[in-house]
Amino acid sequence: MTAVSDSGGLVDFDEALERFDPAMGLEVHVELNTVTKMFCGCRTEFGAEPNTQTCPTCLGLPGSLPVVNGKAVESAIRIGLALNCEIAEWCRFARKNYFYPDMPKNFQTSQYDEPIAFDGWTEVEINDGEGGVERFRIEIERAHMEEDTGKSLHVGGATGRIHGADYSLVDYNRAGIPLIEIVTKPITGTREKAPAVARAYVAALRDILLGLGVSDVRMEQGSLRCDVNLSLALAGSDKLGTRTETKNVNSLRSVERAARYEISRQAAILDAGESVLQETRHWHEDTGITTSGREKSDAEDYRYFPEPDLVPVAPSRPWVEELRGTLPEPPRERRARLQAVWGFADLEMRDVVAAGAIPVIEATVAAGTTPQAARKWWLSDLARRANEQGVELADLPISPEQVARVQTLVDEGALNDKLARQVIDGVVAGEGDPDAVVKARGLAIVSDEGALSEAVDRAIAANPDVADKIRDGKAAAAGALIGAVMKDMRGQADAGRVRELILEKLA
Amino acid sequence: MPEISRDEVAHLADLARIELSDAELDHLAPQLSVILESVASIAEVAAGDIPPTSHAVPLTNVFRADEPEPCLTAEQALSGAPASEQQRFAVPRILGDEQ
Repeated sequence: MTAVSDSGGLVDFDEALERFDPAMGLEVHVELNTVTKMFCGCRTEFGAEPNTQTCPTCLGLPGSLPVVNGKAVESAIRIGLALNCEIAEWCRFARKNYFYPDMPKNFQTSQYDEPIAFDGWTEVEINDGEGGVERFRIEIERAHMEEDTGKSLHVGGATGRIHGADYSLVDYNRAGIPLIEIVTKPITGTREKAPAVARAYVAALRDILLGLGVSDVRMEQGSLRCDVNLSLALAGSDKLGTRTETKNVNSLRSVERAARYEISRQAAILDAGESVLQETRHWHEDTGITTSGREKSDAEDYRYFPEPDLVPVAPSRPWVEELRGTLPEPPRERRARLQAVWGFADLEMRDVVAAGAIPVIEATVAAGTTPQAARKWWLSDLARRANEQGVELADLPISPEQVARVQTLVDEGALNDKLARQVIDGVVAGEGDPDAVVKARGLAIVSDEGALSEAVDRAIAANPDVADKIRDGKAAAAGALIGAVMKDMRGQADAGRVRELILEKLA
Repeated sequence: MPEISRDEVAHLADLARIELSDAELDHLAPQLSVILESVASIAEVAAGDIPPTSHAVPLTNVFRADEPEPCLTAEQALSGAPASEQQRFAVPRILGDEQ
């Protein structure tokens, strides 16, 4: 291992873009949601007790033989088709040989020069900063089938990370789970928009995979992982620079941050007249920087060769066409259709798309809420919380059904907006379903007319001058009394009803 | 004729996590060259129109239904491990990096 100095400075992002053009390549690994592993019948449940989902095949024990999961091949083909790829008429698996304990076989079964899907494209949209959208076409190099590795826990050492570990503990539950690796061709010409395009691509891919129903695509659980390859070329030059590969960038926000960071870091190296080292880099979510990993192995070091234990995969054209028929509506058509159905203005819809809120709003509407109410919750309170926690809307600990329930309580008059927000707070804080939070926190609107009437009387008595104004016909002055009543009732009153009572009493 | 250099053997040994002494490298490099030469003689027989064979039987599309089968228990899975801890396989400190 060559130690690489990470002490070099950073160049301001905008300044870096004045002198350099970034080129990116994005590699996304997606875990399929099949019931069983790629080459054996072991279950694939997330979070199972360590080493309870293994068998002789995925442990690489002598005499065991792999058999391909047909459902995984089907998912791979559907992903390829959704990304406008060609589907191979004939392809093989290959052994990628390396000695590292995350694969007990000492090789990973993957595909090498014969991927099942290749030469595709997809389109992404980013905000152009002027109220419109800018579209980028991302070329897909390939999508191939492989298997996930085991999970290592490094014991001892200061940080729990790999360097300085005394020994490692390995759980092979994940080893052998079907993975599809989707690789783009170099993405160039995006300039200062490169980080935003990278993020938009991963978001678009996530939506496509979600629509296909082939993966849980939960970045925080690692079922969608992104490696960001990035290099800088001198502005105006078409000669690509040396690239680094930043591994395991596991949130949309981090994809954008990691790309920005590498642009600033590499620019500083090039400005100093030095060369960027071709290497793997680690992304640190907490500090927002990348650090040197290992020097990148050459492909030949993996000594790929065709897997002799698995026969070739030759998807028949009728099968491929049958699978094409199962594809969901493409995201752009879907967006246009939903915008029309929901009756959102262009600007509203753009914010919804930017927030990645289409699936959650759709689910909230399906649970019985109006589109505008669903949009309001997800794009205001919940978007703020997701932003604070650095997670995606779908990963917040509140479900669309729970949001819909809160809105139903508002519509029924059991909650006002302020109380509803507190209920949302409680659900997000893990206090249970909306009804449970209402009960535990005692948040329901007081519908006891007697109590309300008494509070109104108290407010009138305490504010005689305001009451006089209202008696004189200045209904606008009622606001001060409503405020007093709401305070008296600790917010748990229907402001509309309070207003009615005040005006009745002072008529 | 393919010839494998001493440096290439050292690199392969490194990839395979095998420590070889200088004497072993001197000994193995010529031996591996002879093996490669022997295998390469096949190339003299195979004509350009014969694709390389990767599988002995002419089968394609052998698939398994996505239905779970019983797994080993953690105890069974770990029974062959030289060391285990916290229901996991204990392995020596890893100097290299994750692949």
